[in-house]
Amino acid sequence: MTFTNSAELLSFHWVAYSIYAAMIISVVAWFGYNLTKKDAKSVFRIPFYWYMAFLVAGGVGHHIFTYNTIPWVSQDIDRHNIKPDAKYEFEIKNHKWLGLPKQIVIQCGQTVEFDVHSRDLVYGFGLFRQDGSMVMQMQVNPGTDVNGILDSNDILWTFNHNGVFDLTSTEYSGPRQYSEDGKDLMLVKDFVKVVGCKDNGGIQ
Amino acid sequence: MSYINTLINGTNFDHKGLNALQKVTLRPVVMAFLFYGLVALEGMIMRMVEVGHVPLNPLPEQFFHPEHFFSIMTVHPIVGIFGSTYQLVFGAFTFLVPYLTKKPLYSVKLANWTWILITLGTALAWIAAFVWQYAPLYTLYWPLPADTHQFNVIGGIVFILGVALIMVGTLGFIYNIYATIFARVGIHKNKTTKELLISGFGIDGFLNLINKLRGKQPYTKEPALALPVVAIFRGTVDTFLDALVILGAGILILVYLVFDASGHALDVTAIDALLYKNFFWWGLDLVADGLVLIYVAGSWYLLATLITGQKLFMENVARAALMLELLVSWMVWSHHLLGDQGQPEMMKLISGEMVTAFELLTQGLALFITLVTLWKARPLKMTMELKYLLGGLVGFGLAVPAAIIQADMGMNRVLHNTQWIIGAHVHIALIVGLYMTLYSALYVLWPLVTNNTKLYSHKLANTHFWLHLIGGIGMGAFMGMAGLDGMLRRHLYVDGQFNPDMIFAAIFGTMLLVAWAVFLYNIIMSVGIKGLIGIFLPAKDATASYGIEEELEPADDPAFAQ
Repeated sequence: MTFTNSAELLSFHWVAYSIYAAMIISVVAWFGYNLTKKDAKSVFRIPFYWYMAFLVAGGVGHHIFTYNTIPWVSQDIDRHNIKPDAKYEFEIKNHKWLGLPKQIVIQCGQTVEFDVHSRDLVYGFGLFRQDGSMVMQMQVNPGTDVNGILDSNDILWTFNHNGVFDLTSTEYSGPRQYSEDGKDLMLVKDFVKVVGCKDNGGIQ
Repeated sequence: MSYINTLINGTNFDHKGLNALQKVTLRPVVMAFLFYGLVALEGMIMRMVEVGHVPLNPLPEQFFHPEHFFSIMTVHPIVGIFGSTYQLVFGAFTFLVPYLTKKPLYSVKLANWTWILITLGTALAWIAAFVWQYAPLYTLYWPLPADTHQFNVIGGIVFILGVALIMVGTLGFIYNIYATIFARVGIHKNKTTKELLISGFGIDGFLNLINKLRGKQPYTKEPALALPVVAIFRGTVDTFLDALVILGAGILILVYLVFDASGHALDVTAIDALLYKNFFWWGLDLVADGLVLIYVAGSWYLLATLITGQKLFMENVARAALMLELLVSWMVWSHHLLGDQGQPEMMKLISGEMVTAFELLTQGLALFITLVTLWKARPLKMTMELKYLLGGLVGFGLAVPAAIIQADMGMNRVLHNTQWIIGAHVHIALIVGLYMTLYSALYVLWPLVTNNTKLYSHKLANTHFWLHLIGGIGMGAFMGMAGLDGMLRRHLYVDGQFNPDMIFAAIFGTMLLVAWAVFLYNIIMSVGIKGLIGIFLPAKDATASYGIEEELEPADDPAFAQ
């Protein structure tokens, strides 16, 4: 099992967590109901050490599961050793993207590096599908090194599905990101276009 | 006529019969519920803004303006967490520590200063946002709070002074709690500081377990401190560190703002934004992962034993777990920085992912112990306190795994800063988990702190319970779903982009607001308006304890002075 993009992951997560939520609510409701019964018997006995082992396995296993099924985890950890197919570098200052290309066209399966620098505040860099769902995001911290060079906030991303994605800052950086009537001034429509994938994802 | 009489005089509440400890407990509790109402109203305003310009949305246009919206978002957690939750918890513990240790409170005067300072500080922070629309949010990411191009300097100074007052009040509470616990009077007359410290940190429980495994006699058969007091002691360590960090950040911001106001603006780039984030989240996370979880675990243990009248199941394990949580809560903050590419990967892996996963273990353990304690005592009557306790367990049963899920490098990439975090985790943890636990404590303590005042209506209490439970879970769930659909948490949407999720969240949010109004009405009808005012009048009986024959304030005790 491998998730090829965040849409698949989010759908899976929605189903899995909903089942869990229904379960925990039902268990406590059942438990509460039986607390008032004198002759209530345990349906099953939960040995303490097995319960603890289950929690440990759940906590650690969750990370093992995501490491092996979500491709961007290992890519993120090893990003300094991966040579991207293309690199885009730009800056943010006063809630404006500087040096931003009008649109980036990416071939299916390409790994792209986005390197964003902030000159003043903490921002975010996030790509979104046309239905509003999130492709990915990172935080963009301001700062310079000892030579006065702006700190790097870089992320690698491999695109496996066709689509046109919008860009905006995902971190709050004050009300000036918005116009007086509440429109997002950092929103860049159709910033990334991915082409060349099969209908259900993957290279043609 | 009888209705008016009850409204004015309550059922059988007599504020003149309350002693100093009871009054100083009730005062912050009253303030906490007033602030809760304000917070619920603020939450609903923001929810209605996010619903957007749709027909029947009653909000005036000015609420959709970014300055207005984000100033509300800035004070919402300040009022909710400090003005309401802190005061509720502090009020309850101000009563419980003397009650459980059978000793008088160290200082009633200091307890009064605590709630006054927190109330005043919360009010100042709120005023700064309302008047000057100072809005750096509670995260205070550097250098946003010092950005005087966007925010008014005076507003900033007032806001930071407000937060500083809250922290000073918090430090006052901490001093009072520790001075009471360490006072060598009453049952602790012959205890040493070492014994109290060992018990306070849960070390005796750990040593008991080790001795049991080695087939030896227990380290101690009667620990110096009751388990809930250990939880209060432990949680207060984190409260102390958290107060120092927030106070430190506040002083830094204040220095920049004062220099700016004097015409000599300092260079904001002198502070490293990522380093600051680490420092700030280390402290702030202690509120959530240190304080809330530990205080809540302690409250569950207390409630389970009081409701069942029996000893806690696996008490030594519970004590040892509180010690383990000390280490865990100090080392988990990096899960807030998984989206920061400059954060070292090892920090993300060890602190952000692995240590954070231990929260599942410690909270799961507390849940298990509480449930087994209740189960062993069945049949139990489904009282209000039991209902609320079960509600609290559900809240954390939902919210803790929701947090563990996002504390993962893969999931965080698509969940960071979305409504999933604030809805499925934060709001369910606070509204359902924490508040329902606190309501349970309130119903347990009610007869003790009000001298057996009759509750005006059990039907209303039940109505409050169901509205709060369903409203809390429903609102958190729909906010969470909106997060999965890509809705950001600190973002303004004025076109209803995430409807119908936001419409449903608003409907459930309304249930929460109505629940609060029902609860407040029930309480006012129980104590009466006269009684409510009377709580704030000086107590004629200066006793600082409950149910103890010999009364002596530790501060006045020669043994303590030595």
